[in-house]
Amino acid sequence: MQTTDVIVLGGGLVGSAVAYGAACGGARIIQLDEGDNALRASRGNFGLVWVQGKGLGLAQYARWSLESSRLWPQLRDSLLEETGVDVQLNQRGGYHICLNEQEVKTRIERLQWLQDHVGADDYPFQILNPADVRDDLPGLGPEVAAVSYTPMDGHVNPLKLFHALHVANQQRGVRYMPCTPAVSIQWQSGTFTVHTPRGQFQAPRLVIAAGLANQTLCAEVGMYVPVRPNKGQVLITERLAPLLRCATNYVRQTDEGTIQIGDSMEDVGYDDMVRAPVNTEIAARAVACFPALRHAKIVRTWAALRIMTPDGFPIYQESEQCPGAFVVTCHSGVTLAAQHALRVAPWVMGGERPPLLDAFPATRFNPDTKFAHYGR
Amino acid sequence: MVANALFVRLPAQRGSDASPPTVSVFLNDTPLALPADTSLAAGLLAAGVTRFRNATVSGAARAPYCMMGVCFECLVEIDGVPSQQACLVRPREGMRIRTMDTLPGMVFPEGGEVRRATRSANGDTP
Repeated sequence: MQTTDVIVLGGGLVGSAVAYGAACGGARIIQLDEGDNALRASRGNFGLVWVQGKGLGLAQYARWSLESSRLWPQLRDSLLEETGVDVQLNQRGGYHICLNEQEVKTRIERLQWLQDHVGADDYPFQILNPADVRDDLPGLGPEVAAVSYTPMDGHVNPLKLFHALHVANQQRGVRYMPCTPAVSIQWQSGTFTVHTPRGQFQAPRLVIAAGLANQTLCAEVGMYVPVRPNKGQVLITERLAPLLRCATNYVRQTDEGTIQIGDSMEDVGYDDMVRAPVNTEIAARAVACFPALRHAKIVRTWAALRIMTPDGFPIYQESEQCPGAFVVTCHSGVTLAAQHALRVAPWVMGGERPPLLDAFPATRFNPDTKFAHYGR
Repeated sequence: MVANALFVRLPAQRGSDASPPTVSVFLNDTPLALPADTSLAAGLLAAGVTRFRNATVSGAARAPYCMMGVCFECLVEIDGVPSQQACLVRPREGMRIRTMDTLPGMVFPEGGEVRRATRSANGDTP
């Protein structure tokens, strides 16, 4: 039996960001994780720190994402200082590429709704012609009807972020336990006991940030947290000379020259195999955006599974039945990493609860709640 | 062309005293004999080539790392086609190899037309 202040279930970006924030606050932490065969969205994501377009119908999600983008430089700086790892945050703004007039119309409606509900000062956007943005995005093709631009967007190298969080946590004494998945959880007299194939762990606080395992694990502490996988595929090119100054929703160039293209959305259960027809569609759209990409060599492709709630928005909830147990689940572990480290971690350690979290309770769902459909 | 190779070929196995067959290739227009029975990457390393390409962002010298088709560090131009993985290719008689030691890859000029960046006339020979 090992005891500590906080047990974090999940070794991905969400669990690691919360663990980092809690460790910065002085907590002793044990982080339990699966092994290399885990379904790991943290290794498959697109790396955007993105606000634009998010939160249609729930402006608090737009604001929560916006706040995270503003906190991100602080997270970047502390990770760099502690670990020497530069996660390559680039917040020069972001573009969404529209390939026809219908896409432009839909885009304007979406961004206008968000601006009306978040505030014009906080949510500026522009609709621009390809020729207007050639400094940021050279080589947009003739099929591009327009692009939308928001200054608050950007991207990072998500693998460097993942690495930096784990290095920082190790240096701060977080005990990371791979191949030690939680099997069951007991709560008695204010103490959680987590049973794993490699022994038992006890703490008065428990953070459940285990991605697609959240539904099962949360049931152990009396919370209904419905999550389902949604599959995305991406394409990776050979490294190219720096060309794209800003990220787009569909094509971005990493700090190392790679161009990442994607992604798709498919509701296909736990299938995380790459399918060629989907890659064909992804490539065709990328070439419509940037015709020169037809000559780029694709050196890798992969699929990963997003963690989706019925309405697509995150869940932040402390269990009413077992106080001290918290769930943190979302499909934007990169964008929200700064919130998770700097705002959510202090809350789970007993500090102030960010008021915006009122918008993301688990109690908005019940077993009759239908899942929205994402992709085909 | 090379003073000190970082890698040397192991001596032939007992029983095969004949020296290994070689093929004649051109590296940056200079004739070079390479063993026919190893990968192009291994042959070039044994010939002392240390700069296969430049990193696209920093310009730092890069050379083969994984030798098994994964890392894409060993890219060279072969017979006019850029960004070939030297570790996955056998040298062939008459092959024309160029190190990718100036801005490799694509440029995105206005209008979407494409050209490959070309190396400087005086490429950085190994």
